[in-house]
Amino acid sequence: MEWETVIGLEIHAQLRTKSKIFSSASTAYGAEPNTQACAVDLGLPGVLPVVNAEAIRMAAKFGLATGSNVAKRSVFARKNYFYPDLPKGYQISQMDLPIVESGNIEIELEDGTKKTVGITRAHLEEDAGKSLHEDFHGLTGIDLNRAGTPLLEIVSEPDMRSAKEAVAYMKKIHSLVQYLDICDGNMAEGSFRCDANVSVRPKGQKEFGTRAELKNINSFRFVERAINIEVERQIDLIEDGGEVVQETRLYDADKNETRSMRSKEEANDYRYFPDPDLLPVILDDAYLEEVRATLPELPEARRQRFVTEFELSDYDAGILTSSRAMADYFEATVAATSSDAKTVANWIMGDLSSRLNKEDIDITQSPVSSAMLATLLNKIADKTISGKMAKDVFNGLWNNEGDVDGIIDKMGGGQITDDAAIEAMIDEVIANSPGQLEQYRSGKDKLFGYFVGQVMKASQGKANPALVNGMLKKKLNG
Amino acid sequence: MSLGPDDVKNIAHLARLNIDESDIESYAESLSSILDLVEQMNTVDTTDVLPMAHPMDVSQRLRADEVLEENQREHFQKIAPKTEDGLYLVPKVIE
Repeated sequence: MEWETVIGLEIHAQLRTKSKIFSSASTAYGAEPNTQACAVDLGLPGVLPVVNAEAIRMAAKFGLATGSNVAKRSVFARKNYFYPDLPKGYQISQMDLPIVESGNIEIELEDGTKKTVGITRAHLEEDAGKSLHEDFHGLTGIDLNRAGTPLLEIVSEPDMRSAKEAVAYMKKIHSLVQYLDICDGNMAEGSFRCDANVSVRPKGQKEFGTRAELKNINSFRFVERAINIEVERQIDLIEDGGEVVQETRLYDADKNETRSMRSKEEANDYRYFPDPDLLPVILDDAYLEEVRATLPELPEARRQRFVTEFELSDYDAGILTSSRAMADYFEATVAATSSDAKTVANWIMGDLSSRLNKEDIDITQSPVSSAMLATLLNKIADKTISGKMAKDVFNGLWNNEGDVDGIIDKMGGGQITDDAAIEAMIDEVIANSPGQLEQYRSGKDKLFGYFVGQVMKASQGKANPALVNGMLKKKLNG
Repeated sequence: MSLGPDDVKNIAHLARLNIDESDIESYAESLSSILDLVEQMNTVDTTDVLPMAHPMDVSQRLRADEVLEENQREHFQKIAPKTEDGLYLVPKVIE
């Protein structure tokens, strides 16, 4: 039987506010345990949560950027459950009246096809603390620094039909929240996490199959692998006469399998009700227009502009605008160099990106800044160095060996563009290769490469290749 | 609408309340009569009435995004039964 996969994603994006959603404690990452957990975060008796205006503004920004309805009236609710890293016994979240509803976003797959994915809702909530299960004499350690950190939970429609589509959607949201400057997107620190609801059904069937929820998948690669392995599991199960049960499953990256965490039936009884400590949040049109005016140029618009303004291909523009940081780097480099935009694009997508990928660092942490790259490209444009030498200079910059001029000096100066000097070298090479000269002149064209190689060698790689080619051709042809 | 003993036990479990077996019957009665009252209110036509989220007809005041809290860990941990390395220690929980 042919099966169809149905996927919906719940993405938790940590909002980059300075203070927590309901208290004035810091949200900075990596502090000593419990040094940023105040009385409100600890849920001590008598405290009152007060909503952070910035969290509301960021959620509204997301709503406006996805064509969603930003609610003029939204309500916080209590989601009740017991866990030690949730000291109040409830999480403040939103249920019936979330701040953002019914939007959509366009994703693009590797083969270029486009598809629209619906956004059911995005609601504000507080994060829980962290449980440390290492051995504390048989006890569990609790760090509540993260408790109360603002999250925007973005819930998609079950519109995705493959793991690849799910990854494309997740990447799109990841890029968008960074463009909007509402989330730092740092997946290693848990600022951007994802749960996937996965089910299968016979192709052509209208009703959805029973879904399993895959929890906390913290990389794009794992999302794809976790979904694929879960789909395989469900199909095998059904084809063997079994039934999928609705449950939460955890992806184990080491074993590449999903396993049951807990049955959702029991955990599901959250008994939501409006939080009496908090009043409805009311937003008016003037406020929303004010927020709309602060929206930056979004990825799609920027991509279009890169195509028209810099005459890049749609593909190149797509890659360069996939992250705001990369697009900023590109524009800063173009503005500071006499090189053309296409050359800049090639360097960023080629040498720079491969180096960043290899060392697994973000472009914002690149040892080669946009200003340095611009200077380097200027040296190619004014023929101080060849493209090949530039790669060596680039490596020098990457390894902090100095600035562009310093590194070129260390390499023994720029390329040789002096006609007389090159001519002298050519004459010498020809004089030393009478045999090859005779063969070449009797029709063995391939030997041209030999002569170029010899001249470059004589110049220690510094002769301008274009000049060498032109002058050599003249000389050889007598 | 009436609640049976199992409903009462379930509600008590969800709220982590330790109740006496002998009280279950009377809890069931009291809770059921509250639900009956709600049922009675449900007969009122509220078609054009916006559901209230709060008894007071006012909206939420928002706070500026500023860090004002200082580290008071030692102060808070004085009342905790057990702490170590700055962590609160609780009975082991593993899913």
